[in-house]
Amino acid sequence: MSLVLIAEQVLNGLQFGVMLFLMAAGLTLIFGVMGLINLAHGSLYMVGAFAAAAVAGATGSFLLALVAALAAAALAGAIVEMVVIRRLYAAPHLDQVLATFALILIFSEGTRWVFGSFPLYLDIPDWLSGPVTLPGGIAYPLYRLALIGVGLAVAAGLWWLTARTRLGIQIRAGENDREMVAALGVDISRLYTLVFALGAGLAGLAGALVGAIQSVQVGMGEPVLILAFVVIVIGGIGSIKGAFIGALLVGLTDTLGGIFLPELFKLFMEPGAATQTGSALASMAIYILMSLVLVWRPSGLFGARA
Amino acid sequence: MIGERWINLAVPLALLAVPLYALMADEPFTITLATRATILALAAVGLNIALGIGGLVSLGHAVFFGLGGYAMGILAFHAQNYSPLEIGPLTFAGTKSMPVIWLVAVIVSAMAALLIGALSLRTSGVYFIMITLAFGQMFYYFAISWSAYGGEDGLSIYVRNGFPGLNTLVPIQFFAVCFVVLCLALALNAMLRASPFGLALNAARQVPQRVETVGLNPMRLKLMAFVISGAITGLAGALFADLNRFVSPSMFSWQLSGELIILIVIGGVGRLMGPVVGACLFVALEHWLGGLTDFWHVWLGVVLLGIVLFARGGVVGLLTGKAGPHV
Repeated sequence: MSLVLIAEQVLNGLQFGVMLFLMAAGLTLIFGVMGLINLAHGSLYMVGAFAAAAVAGATGSFLLALVAALAAAALAGAIVEMVVIRRLYAAPHLDQVLATFALILIFSEGTRWVFGSFPLYLDIPDWLSGPVTLPGGIAYPLYRLALIGVGLAVAAGLWWLTARTRLGIQIRAGENDREMVAALGVDISRLYTLVFALGAGLAGLAGALVGAIQSVQVGMGEPVLILAFVVIVIGGIGSIKGAFIGALLVGLTDTLGGIFLPELFKLFMEPGAATQTGSALASMAIYILMSLVLVWRPSGLFGARA
Repeated sequence: MIGERWINLAVPLALLAVPLYALMADEPFTITLATRATILALAAVGLNIALGIGGLVSLGHAVFFGLGGYAMGILAFHAQNYSPLEIGPLTFAGTKSMPVIWLVAVIVSAMAALLIGALSLRTSGVYFIMITLAFGQMFYYFAISWSAYGGEDGLSIYVRNGFPGLNTLVPIQFFAVCFVVLCLALALNAMLRASPFGLALNAARQVPQRVETVGLNPMRLKLMAFVISGAITGLAGALFADLNRFVSPSMFSWQLSGELIILIVIGGVGRLMGPVVGACLFVALEHWLGGLTDFWHVWLGVVLLGIVLFARGGVVGLLTGKAGPHV
């Protein structure tokens, strides 16, 4: 096993991790500020990907497609918040789970209705395709490198937004005491719509960016959604920093586990059985990681409350 | 308004009447639909112990459903291939006998529920929901990558397993088996509710602090409820696999966990008959709407949204006109 391969896999893990972060950041913000568990976050990811594929197909411009993905998902998020989600803030978690599960059904089948069951393809633009050579002679796809860059930029932007702006102060204050924030004259329902749309937009952006390396299809959001849940359980619900560290941990564990666990088992097992056991274990690795974190810290690495 | 006692009597009778009518009208497919509703109801009765009495919103009950299914699949697979089942140093023969399969399904899912429950119950609220969901995915991906038993393609069992004295290949006889199991589970559920354990569990859902002050351990109560709940859902999984004569990783899917919760909420959370009413309506909707449009899930979503936002007590709540226990 060469160093080049290891470096490549670490980069793949990072790329997967930052994309998970885009999903997890929205989820954790929405939970932290509004106390809402949103299963339909994966649907917004899907909405973004479909919007991007449709716009890219019509105009041929990848940048326009990304803008469309952000806008479509944010708009869908804002509408859903105003029509349905708003009634759920005071409701028990069970109702939130059900209503957002119902939204998944509506979004998924509605998309299938409009676009059909066949996957769409979103092409990587010419100016981002092809490999680049990194220091140390590692050839790595430029597009994946760009994804890492976008993810890190969004993380920095979110940090700036929550720590340095007026909106960020309101968001953080809303997490602590919503009545007090409302009493101080902040329009709390507008703030909620805004936060929800922000989270939705990030999910949509992630959907479009990942859609270009995978296919764009109905149901693409749910596996990512569940991984994002694992991320925020590990990081601690409500913490953006936790979501970032959790996302990188999950991304790296999943990618490296899939490559190295079978190799590890080959050291003391016959190759066939080693591949079998290793890949079975690798598919469970992040959940085992999650259990370990939970045993150690039931409210996550950076979680304030359980 | 109708008393809940009458509903508790009328619902099982109605469920029994449908396949009997279908038998006379010679519509075997309706019997199969009724059997499907019965088995889904059994799974939801299991979940309702954790969800309705214990207030544990488990979004991973498909784990137990799937484990029950794979218990059946693996045992019957070895029996139909005449190959021994080796677990470590121990060797077992496969079996095609339902009671043995049920026993294994119940034990395996109870053990899994003990393990998952012990880990998940360290947390509560949203964490619990997400963690149970994540454990569900863990089993799902494990089943997909476990190629010895079919991996992604699943396992087909050619002949339905047998029950002493019955021919389970006759639809009405298999329905009878499932119906009796469902009635037993409902009776167990009713007994649990009235027992000291059920009362303490109910209290642990409402005010855990007070339960702790009188010297009971809420965590242990909830864990016990979770284990019983998982075991019943596991049994339903074994029956479901027998109904389809097929097991696949989709039995572990999180959509199934979600659907089990939907069944309960359509019927009425915490009601004895909630899961049964919900399962019957779900299968009827699936069959009727599925015949009208390929996109029936959209309408299921709309119905569900309507129930959550406007009819919190589910169907049983509407019929009795009383608010049910809140979760």
